[in-house]
Amino acid sequence: MMPQWIDVGAVEEVPLRGSRAIKVAGGEEIAVFRTGSGQIYALINRCPHKNGPLSQGIVHGDSVTCPLHSWVISLVTGEAQGTDKGCTPTIPVEVHSGRIMIERAAALRLAA
Amino acid sequence: MDREHLVVIGNGMAGCRAVEEVLARDPHRFRITIFGAEPHVNYNRIMLSPLLAGEKTFDEIVINDRSWYADHGIDLVVSDAVIAIDRDTQTVTAQSGRVAQYDRLLIATGSDPFIIPVPGKDLPGVVSFRDMADVDMMVHTAALGGDAVVIGGGLLGLEAAHGLALRGMQVTVVHLMDTLMERQLDEAAGWLLKAALEGRGQTILTGANTAEIFGEGKVEGVRLTDGRTIPASLVVMAAGIRPNVRLAKEAGLAVHRAILVDDQMVTSDPAILAVGECVEHRGQVYGLVAPIWEMCRALADGLIGKPNSYEGSVTATKLKVSGIDVFSAGDFVGGDGAEDIVLRDASRGVYKRVVVKDDRVVGAVLYGDTADGNWYFDLLKRSEDVTEIRDALIFGQAFASGGGQADPKAAVAALPDDAEVCGCNGVSKGQVAACIADGAGTLDAVRATCKASASCGSCTGLVETLLTISLGDEYAGERTAKPMCKCTSFTHDEVRALIVERGFRHMPQVMQELHWSTPDGCASCRPALNYYLLCAWPGEYVDDQQSRFVNERMHANIQKDGTYSVVPRMWGGLTNPKELRAIADVVEKYDAPMVKVTGGQRLDIFGIKKEDLPAVWADLNAAGMVSGHAYGKALRTVKTCVGSEWCRFGTQDSTGLGVKLERKFWGSWMPHKFKMAVSGCPRNCAEATIKDFGVICVDSGYELHVGGNGGIHLRGTDLLCKVATEEEAIHMAAAFVQLYREYARYLERTAPWIERMGMEWLRALLIDDVKGRDALAARFWIAQSFSQDDPWAERAAGQDRNLHRPMAEFRPITQLEGVAP
Ligand code: SRM
Ligand SMILES: Cc1cc2nc3c(=O)[nH]c(=O)nc-3n(C[C@H](O)[C@H](O)[C@H](O)COP(=O)(O)OP(=O)(O)OC[C@H]3O[C@@H](n4cnc5c(N)ncnc54)[C@H](O)[C@@H]3O)c2cc1C
Ligand code: SF4
Ligand code: FES
Repeated sequence: MMPQWIDVGAVEEVPLRGSRAIKVAGGEEIAVFRTGSGQIYALINRCPHKNGPLSQGIVHGDSVTCPLHSWVISLVTGEAQGTDKGCTPTIPVEVHSGRIMIERAAALRLAA
Repeated sequence: MDREHLVVIGNGMAGCRAVEEVLARDPHRFRITIFGAEPHVNYNRIMLSPLLAGEKTFDEIVINDRSWYADHGIDLVVSDAVIAIDRDTQTVTAQSGRVAQYDRLLIATGSDPFIIPVPGKDLPGVVSFRDMADVDMMVHTAALGGDAVVIGGGLLGLEAAHGLALRGMQVTVVHLMDTLMERQLDEAAGWLLKAALEGRGQTILTGANTAEIFGEGKVEGVRLTDGRTIPASLVVMAAGIRPNVRLAKEAGLAVHRAILVDDQMVTSDPAILAVGECVEHRGQVYGLVAPIWEMCRALADGLIGKPNSYEGSVTATKLKVSGIDVFSAGDFVGGDGAEDIVLRDASRGVYKRVVVKDDRVVGAVLYGDTADGNWYFDLLKRSEDVTEIRDALIFGQAFASGGGQADPKAAVAALPDDAEVCGCNGVSKGQVAACIADGAGTLDAVRATCKASASCGSCTGLVETLLTISLGDEYAGERTAKPMCKCTSFTHDEVRALIVERGFRHMPQVMQELHWSTPDGCASCRPALNYYLLCAWPGEYVDDQQSRFVNERMHANIQKDGTYSVVPRMWGGLTNPKELRAIADVVEKYDAPMVKVTGGQRLDIFGIKKEDLPAVWADLNAAGMVSGHAYGKALRTVKTCVGSEWCRFGTQDSTGLGVKLERKFWGSWMPHKFKMAVSGCPRNCAEATIKDFGVICVDSGYELHVGGNGGIHLRGTDLLCKVATEEEAIHMAAAFVQLYREYARYLERTAPWIERMGMEWLRALLIDDVKGRDALAARFWIAQSFSQDDPWAERAAGQDRNLHRPMAEFRPITQLEGVAP
């Protein structure tokens, strides 16, 4: 089956070098990031360390620094960087005509 | 014999190039008819920019003149757009009623400009930038002078703005995104471009959204969604393009974002081909000519029966604005495993960023010096392994492929003695070598003695190489002073000083001028730079939310479960029934699981959800309370004791002074958190001697103490001085705080700062130098005049409301399906 995409909003609704959260009923929050280069990424909004809300971190390069204990998480793979070990699930995301689309199945996988 | 009839719709770049390619392979195979909507022969569309700029004439941009069509027996039909394709009869019908039968049909209709759907978009004076007619209209309007607004800060928009500015118009570019040409440039390059265009007199508004174009009968101006209006007699819509697919769609061809074609540019109907901007190939739609040329080759090969696949293109972009060199190719985002190599040369205004992944160049952004653009693009397209030349890659082709020169050390050793190493301070290689020979064995020592690399730092690498060459193993390569972070070789103190001395006013500017080695800094330098700029340019620098730690961005303290705690100010530890009632109400209304008296003499409400914060603040504001900055690198609390008003030992009104201090000092951003206390007598019930600034009241006045810390490393205060009045105490506090704000490193509290600077230094500046002290205090009050806005009130009133709201919310449909009958 072709993947289904859900439109979650316009690119400029996410601040440059910032993030916005998306709530999923019965599932886990998703964090959508926009980097300084303008690239859009999406991850589950949960740090592999102690569940810090990654959407509240500082975005730099292709990474986000978790607001709770400063782990650095790759926005591309969800992997913790450096010596820290752990991984946050990534959500497939695409941009079409300035709209951010996330993949439905991945977004809802963790929902009831 | 009757030749096959090839009919082409679109007399543009792709259509004519395809015909040229076919003719080159077999000049006699087809009888050819080309329909063009425009009245012209085939011209070079990309040269419309130099045409607008007055650098070219129309004759100079014609690709094929009438004789070319005649010589090849091509029937050119101009000013007659095709309005329908009938696939059953294999005919096309043009506007004039003319019908042509085809054996093969080629659709090359290009794109239409995207007209943003705002009121006034159809007013006379609104124009797009796509064809000769648009340029004629712009040239005509520009001749009358006046103001122009260009909507869209991409390639097209900026070229239009440039042309109109050269024709004497006052130009404003309105761009929705924060970065110009954001598809091609990163923030650093986009910022340089913006600064350069502003330097030429254009007004560039980024993050600006057009609400309407207004005017009576013709354009008079543009109104933005934030209410600003810009006068204009000409509005250029350059907000993007849309593939022109109407004919194909109506004829029932497969169309997605554009007309779907295979690797020979054949559509879903084998008799019909399509090429150019109107096609989608392997999921890609292109808006540049280079891919179109490749498509045309594959198309012609296919048409004459020699299939040769088009496999898609990587693209590179250059901005055609004379005097400004911008180049971008491939994927500069890079992603995981990708590594950025950044070179900045501030004196030449150069920013280069090459992205390497798996030992291959995957992208490049060049600003100011684009000479090596094609070389990087070539490495990228050929996917060449660059391991061998990696170290020298960023310096360009001449350096990297210069044989012996590939070793940067050898290259530096080969420089003549009079070669200039440091451009800012005019220091030659010979002078640096002499200075090292005289005993300067570290970078800091070289900077201190001969000043090389002491200004902009771009020659730091060169100087370090010279140190290695001269000292060999003796040169440890390490600086005694620690750089701010891995993005720079400068220390905190150097960066601060340079921001003020050189007048840097924006973060990308600091990064460019001081040669940051990353495109946009890291989580450690960004908050520091944001603070330094804020401190240096009060009222002028616009705070960067994305460079703030979460607590300062959310104006509350994040908790381990992701909720927030909220601490309203209780001035000097005083409160009243109204405040207490409001707090009690908030606790109940928002289900706060805990409310606690803090060690700072106020109440902390725990467990508030991010979404509820603005409402909580609105409720607290209504009772007159403002943010307590319990989260900020800012004034926290001013602890007080009851003092002379109640206490039998009290010598002065310590409570009153504490309240005054808190009211005057709240809101100021500092290098770290800052605490004050006022005790009414030396019994010191407010613990003033472990505060950043503590006051102990005595009979004859006020003892002022500084540099105390009750945290990880307990430190008692040092006595700064004794003053007689409250006014003097407040004045001294202002001077002290400003000194701390201007000299401490980011995240350095007063205690370690004073240990580092020494009390002697402090006293010399605050006690002995009376003028200097007054000046410090004056600067503090100026800064305060801009910082005492309650952040909670702003948020409760709706500012940055997005930070508190999820961007979207959705529910799985499957849940609903379960309910279906
Ligand atoms: C709430 C409070 C504890 C309490 O329940 O009493 C508190 C709570 C926190 N303190 Fe504190 N400190 C509180 C008074 C103190 C005091 C006592 C005082 O101010 O008189 C101290 C020692 C005095 C001092 O700062 O010199 C204190 C020394 C620290 C330190 C160590 C600072 C240092 O220089 O060594 C930290 C860590 C830091 O700031 O980096 C810290 C950090 C924190 C943080 C912000 C930890 C964090 O980053 O999340 C805690 C936030 C909890 C929250 O969500 O609200 N807190 N903290 C007190 C709030 C005071 C207020 O009303 O604003
Ligand atoms: C100002 C400007 C500057 C540019 N600069 C660059 C640059 O620097 N580098 C670069 O690579 N690219 C640049 N481009 C983009 C480049 O010009 C296009 O990618 C290229 O022209 C696309 O070719 P095309 O044949 O698909 O479309 P076009 O060149 O637009 O040709 C399509 C033609 O079809 C005609 N047509 C449409 N519908 C019909 C119909 N129904 N019947 C008959 N005729 C029809 C149109 O009138 C048009 O003449 C620039 C574009 C512009 C406008
Ligand atoms: S003492 Fe430690 S645990 Fe307690 S509030 Fe302060 S920082 Fe948190
Ligand atoms: S929860 Fe993210 S670093 Fe600890």
